[in-house]
Amino acid sequence: MYAFDIERPTSVADAVAALKDEDAQALGGGQTLIPTLKQRLAAPSKLVSLTGIADMQGIANDGDTLRIGGATTHATVAVDTADTYPALADLASHIGDPAVRNRGTIGGSLANNDPSACYPAVALASGATIITNTREIAADDYFQGMFTTALEDGEIVTAISMPVPEKANYQKFVQPASRFALVGVFVAKFADGVRVAVTGASNEGVHRWTEAEDALSADFSAGAIAGLTVSADNLIADLHGSPEYRAHLVKVMTGRAVAAAS
Amino acid sequence: MTTVTMTVNGKPVSENVEGRTLLSTLLRDDLRLTGTHIGCDTSQCGACVVHVNGEAVKSCTMFAIEADGAEVSTIEGQANADGSLNVIQQAFQDHHGLQCGFCTPGMVMTTASLLKENPKPTEAEVRTYLEGNICRCTGYHNIVKAIMAASGQDVSAIAAE
Ligand SMILES: Cc1cc2nc3c(=O)[nH]c(=O)nc-3n(C[C@H](O)[C@H](O)[C@H](O)COP(=O)(O)OP(=O)(O)OC[C@H]3O[C@@H](n4cnc5c(N)ncnc54)[C@H](O)[C@@H]3O)c2cc1C
Ligand code: FES
Ligand code: FES
Repeated sequence: MYAFDIERPTSVADAVAALKDEDAQALGGGQTLIPTLKQRLAAPSKLVSLTGIADMQGIANDGDTLRIGGATTHATVAVDTADTYPALADLASHIGDPAVRNRGTIGGSLANNDPSACYPAVALASGATIITNTREIAADDYFQGMFTTALEDGEIVTAISMPVPEKANYQKFVQPASRFALVGVFVAKFADGVRVAVTGASNEGVHRWTEAEDALSADFSAGAIAGLTVSADNLIADLHGSPEYRAHLVKVMTGRAVAAAS
Repeated sequence: MTTVTMTVNGKPVSENVEGRTLLSTLLRDDLRLTGTHIGCDTSQCGACVVHVNGEAVKSCTMFAIEADGAEVSTIEGQANADGSLNVIQQAFQDHHGLQCGFCTPGMVMTTASLLKENPKPTEAEVRTYLEGNICRCTGYHNIVKAIMAASGQDVSAIAAE
């Protein structure tokens, strides 16, 4: 790692001010950023740790929407949403391993937007709003391709507003070495329709499968997608799976998620 | 350099560290607590797992400054007060849960977290909880057996008797 300083502000305002310095970068749980720094793929002059900011911690429930602080760890989400949004809790409890979950944060995951990460799928399928220090961004506008989001330099994900569906489920086909999703599908059924978000599959990162959404909004059963096909165009090709294999998995995982949704 | 203060295995310590100093570096190089092992340094293997404020973390993937003010425990603090092995360590010895022993500190620390959260885990729960701890020697069966034994459960049904 190149040398850098670390600041640990206790308010969002102080963190925003600290991030104004040239080459300053936010530090969430560090579970992605620290390995990146070790490889010298990033060279910030200063890291601004967000985990000491009380306003960015914890989960509030206002009935049909959860407000999750941007620095809330995966482990806390897994425990504290078990009753309010079980499919979200289940997703969080299967990210990486226990030590990763004790450090990694939802804001860090959403800011990173790894094409195989889990949180982007639940945020997009739930129609979440990403709340930053300056604005609110709809999930549909926030995710802009692999490792790319609508965030500006120095903008902090302070919270996520997550509508709770009537029924939901996440099916992750685990890539066993990394424990990320080889393909993951999050299905969320709301009173006004179904949203389906796919992670791990596309070169464009997390995305919605709109044909499945239409079919499932008309008939919420695994059979409703039986006649659909997923195109392999622009899906990820790597040593773990071909685009055709991933296309197949998208449909299989969607069917399983619908069958398991509760 | 920044001065960080924390308790490590119950003892107060204070050290000067750089921003980029990892918690694992502070423990191993500054405090000479070399029981915390570095297997991969890329947050994959879990040999470096310690507890920070009671939670298992990979000390190679946390900065020392982030542990300022925290209570840290490492494998060196796990034995009983009289120096005898604690229940988990003894079970690893009894059930041959280690061969080279490189992964063992992380395995023991992760097991301590598991049993705190879930005092009587099933075999499947044990295997799932160990997903972030890699062992290149044992094939895991005897580790799982040791953990089942440490939690006071019957180990006769576990594979690789
Ligand atoms: C072994 C292992 C297994 C994993 N398995 C999975 C998995 O199965 N599924 C999965 O989804 N993820 C997985 N991850 C990734 C993990 O979830 C990370 O915690 C997450 O991607 C990044 O969150 P973080 O808080 O650690 O962010 P950091 O690593 O601290 O930061 C990541 C990036 O986000 C920026 N950032 C951090 N917080 C904010 C914020 N609040 N606002 C704006 N920018 C911010 C940082 O500047 C940096 O660019 C795994 C990681 C490891 C090491
Ligand atoms: S050395 Fe930290 S996880 Fe391998
Ligand atoms: S005993 Fe050798 S790595 Fe586990």
